Amino acid sequence: MSLAAQSRSASPHPNLDPATAPPFPQAALSILQDTQLRRNVAHATDVIQANRAKRVAEKTDWLQLRDAASAIRNHALENMAAYLEQFETRCTAAGGVVHWASDAAEARQIILNLLHEENAPEVIKIKTMTSAEIQLNPFLQTAGVNVFETDLAEIILQLGNEEPSHIVVPALHINRSQVRDIFARSMHLDDLSDDPHALTAAARSYLRQKFLTIPTAISGANFLIAETGAVVVVESEGNGRMCLTLPRAMITLAGIEKILPRYSDLEVMLQVLARSATGERMNPYTSLWTGVTPNDGPRRFHVVLLDNGRSSILSRPTERQTLKCIRCAACINACPVYRQTGGHAYGSIYPGPIGAILTPQLEQMRHAQSLPYASSLCSACYEVCPVKINIPEVLIELRAQVVDQDRRRVKRLFDPMFVGMKIANFVFQVPWRFHLAQRLGRTAARVFTRSDGWIHSLPGLGAKWTQTRDLRGLPNQTFHEWWAARAQQPKRAKDPMRAKEPQ
Amino acid sequence: MHASLFITCYNDTLFPETGRAVVKLLERLGVDLDFQPQQTCCGQMHANTGFRGEAFSQAKRFVHLYRDAENVVIPSASCVAMIRDQYYGLFEDLGNDSLRNEFAALLPRIYELSEFLIDRLKVEDVGAWFPHRVVYHASCHGLRALRLDDRPYRLLSKVRGLTQLPLPNLDRCCGFGGTFSIKNADVSSAMLATKLQDIVSTGADYCAALDNSCLMHLGGAMHRQSLGMKTIHLAEILASTESSPMETVR
Repeated sequence: MSLAAQSRSASPHPNLDPATAPPFPQAALSILQDTQLRRNVAHATDVIQANRAKRVAEKTDWLQLRDAASAIRNHALENMAAYLEQFETRCTAAGGVVHWASDAAEARQIILNLLHEENAPEVIKIKTMTSAEIQLNPFLQTAGVNVFETDLAEIILQLGNEEPSHIVVPALHINRSQVRDIFARSMHLDDLSDDPHALTAAARSYLRQKFLTIPTAISGANFLIAETGAVVVVESEGNGRMCLTLPRAMITLAGIEKILPRYSDLEVMLQVLARSATGERMNPYTSLWTGVTPNDGPRRFHVVLLDNGRSSILSRPTERQTLKCIRCAACINACPVYRQTGGHAYGSIYPGPIGAILTPQLEQMRHAQSLPYASSLCSACYEVCPVKINIPEVLIELRAQVVDQDRRRVKRLFDPMFVGMKIANFVFQVPWRFHLAQRLGRTAARVFTRSDGWIHSLPGLGAKWTQTRDLRGLPNQTFHEWWAARAQQPKRAKDPMRAKEPQ
Repeated sequence: MHASLFITCYNDTLFPETGRAVVKLLERLGVDLDFQPQQTCCGQMHANTGFRGEAFSQAKRFVHLYRDAENVVIPSASCVAMIRDQYYGLFEDLGNDSLRNEFAALLPRIYELSEFLIDRLKVEDVGAWFPHRVVYHASCHGLRALRLDDRPYRLLSKVRGLTQLPLPNLDRCCGFGGTFSIKNADVSSAMLATKLQDIVSTGADYCAALDNSCLMHLGGAMHRQSLGMKTIHLAEILASTESSPMETVR
């Protein structure tokens, strides 16, 4: 077992429930010490990013494609109610059964009831982040249903008792030798090597037995097609295809925002999705199915449409764009914050920039208030987003909501950041206050300025700065003081370089 | 040509040498400059931390102060990005029609320094001399918000004696992010370490940028680690000439 795996084994389950997870800075601090995990994350995201850049660069019409994808998603959201009803009608006509779940608890109960109707003590699953959002697996296990993941990454997580750290590559934080350890332990294969072929073969023999014996499956959905009532699942391994074709009964869980108006919209969406997600021109397996087909695939098919806070996001003009997301994770791979911390620090199964805006909104701003601040607002996310979600704009909007919550709390008066921001605003309103504050700051800074002219340590919030950076001592003359002094001088002497040297 | 200087609260207090360099540079190029001493802050810090009402009142002050300016020059990419990307939304939510109209009329006259030189003054060779090896840090706001593109490189390429060195991973954030550097100090420091590795690997004498905020972050770590490299605002390089070289203060 590697050092990193050992250090994590002290707490095998990083807390990904936003209601109870520690704030981002705190969660990040402990992860920053896990050098193996950080190396894994940086390497994996660098590889995916480079592949994405290559595949995007070869599309000369990428910007137009991106505009089209954004327009399709906007249109779908603006007319979501009508398209969802159309989907229900078409899917029902094709032999599917559509269920509506307003929240996670309702969705879990619907799925459990369906499994009871099927008399299913076991169920196989295609990778679905939405099921992780509603914490379906632990619920089903408690209710006596054994759940088996079939996506390779999800198997690694399930067998290794690990949590997902990425929405496309959930086991991205785990490297090959760690996978070997997990498989060797859980499949009792002491001689297993970490050769990718050997690992794949081990997973295959584990999976075949599940595919052939368990007749009930749960899937997510990448898209729902209103026009035809079809469900679309996009994957790389073919294990999803197995789940979609072998079982007798299939239950699909999908967020209501997954709706697309027309079948032909896939022409655009599948192009941007594969290139953005995995840096491939086309993903290996794209499965579409519409209701049930006699003698082909599942005989009973259910779709559970999940709201869980989405319609409230839809009602807000700035935040609505969050729902355009097609879960490609390009923003996550591009994020310099995620690159340092990986996914677990976000305390949610949705990490990275998209998680930082989606999670607090799904929680109706009751939890995860630290996430909108888990960004330097560098805009790398917005730059790569294939549906043009202005993530920094939404982050700033959510920060304003967090501050508005703070304004109503007494504890704000003891929060140095809050008090500091109020004082700064008071100071910035009137020039003489600003100039007085500059002079007072200059005097105060002298106390901390060492003989080299730099400040090496500060108290209070300033200590957060000086933990890794020095700060140059404040110059003796501000710019506006210099300008005023210069105006006093005769015109010829106005060489800026003759300014009184600060320090 | 006339231009009003918005020096920014940050430069006024912490980096007055940048302001002096802008004055020296633009006056050398024949620009008639004025400076409004009533100026304080553009509101970026408050807006980006979630203090929308406070940011609005600072934004309103800015618009009122500069509404009659022929051109406004700002030696800070992130402050220009604040004005371009966020003022409209603030005024939409909290302002009235007359404020929105005033801002709409003012906006095309607001320039980041390199934009002002290349787009307005149409000059690339500003007559500068700076005999050092320089790596340019394309700050996130300059790169992605303002899309400054090759403007800084074009200006640097005309500086006599200067050697430009390419920066690996130049589009990656340095980790400053305003109050992010305090609220998420540990992650910010980790990002800083990654960025510093790339910058130091170039072996440059100076790391230059159009944002003193990034440079305070990078320069603070360079000093802490005694790396021997210095930071410098692009204005100070462009202001430097053989007969009047740049001040050395950092």
